[in-house]
Amino acid sequence: MSKLSLSVGPQHPGSGHMRIILTLSGDYIIEAIPDPGYVHRGEEKLAEYRNYIQNIPHLERPVVLDATGAIFPYVLAVEDLMNIIVPERAQFIRVIMAELNRIISHLYYMAIYGIFMGHSTMFMWPVGDREVFIDLANTIAGQRVTYAFLVPGGVRNDMPEKVKEQADKACNYFEKRLIEYEHIFMNNPLFEKRTKGVGILPKQDAIRLGVVGPTLRASGVKSDVRKDDTYSIYNQLDFEIPVSNACDSWSRAWIHMEEMRQSMSIIKQCLKRIPTGPVKLNLKQIKVPPGESYSRVEAARGSLSYYLISDGGKVPYRVRIMTPSFRNLITIPYIMKGVMLADMPPTYWGIDYWPVEADR
Amino acid sequence: MSKIQTFSSFVKRLIIIIVGLLITLTLLFSLLAYFVPSVKELQDILLSSFGNPSLMLNYLDQKGLGLNSLFFKVVVFPGFTWAALIAAEIIWFERKFLAKMQMRVGPLYAGKIAGLLQPIADVIKLVFKEIIAPSSSDKWFFLSIPIIITSIAAALLAVLPVSEGWIIMRSDVSVLIIFALVGFVPIAVLLGGWASNSKYPFIGALRGLHQMIAFEIPMLISTLGVVLLTGTLDLVNIVYAQSNIWFILLMPIGAFVFFTCMIIELERIPFDLPEAESEIASGYLTEYTSMAFGNLQLGVYIRFYAMAGVFTTMFLGGWYGPQILPNGFEIANQVIWFTIKTLLVMILAIVLRGVNPRVRIDLLLRMGWSSLLILSFVNLFLVILILQTELSQIFGV
Repeated sequence: MSKLSLSVGPQHPGSGHMRIILTLSGDYIIEAIPDPGYVHRGEEKLAEYRNYIQNIPHLERPVVLDATGAIFPYVLAVEDLMNIIVPERAQFIRVIMAELNRIISHLYYMAIYGIFMGHSTMFMWPVGDREVFIDLANTIAGQRVTYAFLVPGGVRNDMPEKVKEQADKACNYFEKRLIEYEHIFMNNPLFEKRTKGVGILPKQDAIRLGVVGPTLRASGVKSDVRKDDTYSIYNQLDFEIPVSNACDSWSRAWIHMEEMRQSMSIIKQCLKRIPTGPVKLNLKQIKVPPGESYSRVEAARGSLSYYLISDGGKVPYRVRIMTPSFRNLITIPYIMKGVMLADMPPTYWGIDYWPVEADR
Repeated sequence: MSKIQTFSSFVKRLIIIIVGLLITLTLLFSLLAYFVPSVKELQDILLSSFGNPSLMLNYLDQKGLGLNSLFFKVVVFPGFTWAALIAAEIIWFERKFLAKMQMRVGPLYAGKIAGLLQPIADVIKLVFKEIIAPSSSDKWFFLSIPIIITSIAAALLAVLPVSEGWIIMRSDVSVLIIFALVGFVPIAVLLGGWASNSKYPFIGALRGLHQMIAFEIPMLISTLGVVLLTGTLDLVNIVYAQSNIWFILLMPIGAFVFFTCMIIELERIPFDLPEAESEIASGYLTEYTSMAFGNLQLGVYIRFYAMAGVFTTMFLGGWYGPQILPNGFEIANQVIWFTIKTLLVMILAIVLRGVNPRVRIDLLLRMGWSSLLILSFVNLFLVILILQTELSQIFGV
């Protein structure tokens, strides 16, 4: 049978800011080559010209959905170099923000999953419910999307008292909605038929390719930086890591659903146990001694890490960002092989690839 | 002149232009009337009909353009204008209804009341855009396909009985005519995709052909049940046969199969494979712009109305319904019932769109060839059972 090569993206409703070069035989994909790099912004180089505080807003930009997750390892690395211990209340607030961002990011994931399946209601509902958590983040951090909230030495400001009430309301509302999502979207027979057994990434392949985050957990590997290499106060909290052995597109969506549940439980625990006290160390000046530091956190898309080199000056010598999206990009040729063209968009979105994050 | 800032100011400007043109033309026309005698006669009629509109109707009747003429039926009611109006408002309704399902507002501003004029605004926008044909496309075919698809859809209206006597063309084989026209649509889609000379439209067009294979045979066999029961291929006689009982009660399976096949034929979500947006850009619609695109959409929605009308005629008793208007308005009553039933069928088709993701082509073919085909045969056997036993006397068919 003759082959047809198809360039999907960068201007295609189902590609995002990247391109996938497909080779089709009939309706089946026999080869898929990802072509990223359309939204490279040089964040790493930019970071070498700005001081440690000025770096915070622009380093959030690659992942505006998950701004806290993107900036968390940076502040951890800076604090590690400065050798300071953050007040406990600030650590709790950081974790609350990180988990809120995980929910916001995962809801966006569900929404785009829906639109890639041609399901407009599945797009509108999560986007509408995302607003609840964006409002909550707005109450805590004073911004809707990019907060610039985490700073070396704590968080920028304390959260108001009404957060507890609002968070309870939001979590109770959304727990009910998650059950509805399961009934209407995840258990829809057409949705199951189209995603179950599609885009298989076996466990050995997932480990060999160095996949991270929900994609790895959907392939049956129980791996989460929050448990494996714990940071901040995660070791004091009680939560599960959802794992699925199905290795397909459906299980990737399911992992995201379950993680939202766990995140809500973490937020509730944090709000119950949050101590009083200062939220920021009184640092007159951010003075970073020479040295190297590496830190990683579990962002919404997986393990996100920073490698920071300081020469003792006002600006960092080198900031290296390793993003989960870029590490998951390698799976595209493997999971797309043998998939039908119609299943290309959900398979592609299943790994939660965020082009801006990968290109930095 | 002031800047155009809102939709209402745009409409105002449009109305000013139209009124201005009308006044200018009337002045020119009345000048002409002094020199040409036949136009003088028309002007007399025009002037006198301001006082007595029936004069104008009589004049039109003389010329063969009156309310009972074929011209009126084709152009206004129950033909193209009526169907296009319903199509435009069903687009508005679909958007508003889906918005309610998805917990948002939907069209709001154009037309003050709940965005009622949004489809009109969209059409005006499309009309004023530039028609672009890709440089490597076969331009003649490329630009003729929208017109062909709209024409096929409008041709379906010809055999649709909206009420007793109000049908453009009564034929002994109107069911066959419908299937002949419906079978032509995928070929037009293929031609359009091929003429675009682009990969995504071509894949979409091929999908359209596959889709036809999936729906056409179950649809024909489920229709065969109706035809066997009534012994006629004439849609009007099929309606008469339902004066006692609607066929959806006699053969629910057949109605279900026909409805499903109808949705597949109309390429509506969840069966919108030929234009699957996230997979193949917009399928065979990808390269179309401006009113060429508008025509394609108009064709799809007129076909939607026509097929819902066919479903109403075959299974929901056509124009039959209780008398809600006073005596003397029987025809209007029938039209109202036909329209209500047709709109209900269309709403049912819209609900499907809100709750399902898109079907894949292999799943669709499997559904068409296994479940739908088997169900349509089961329906056929049930119909034969009704015919062979006393049941047909009981139901009076």
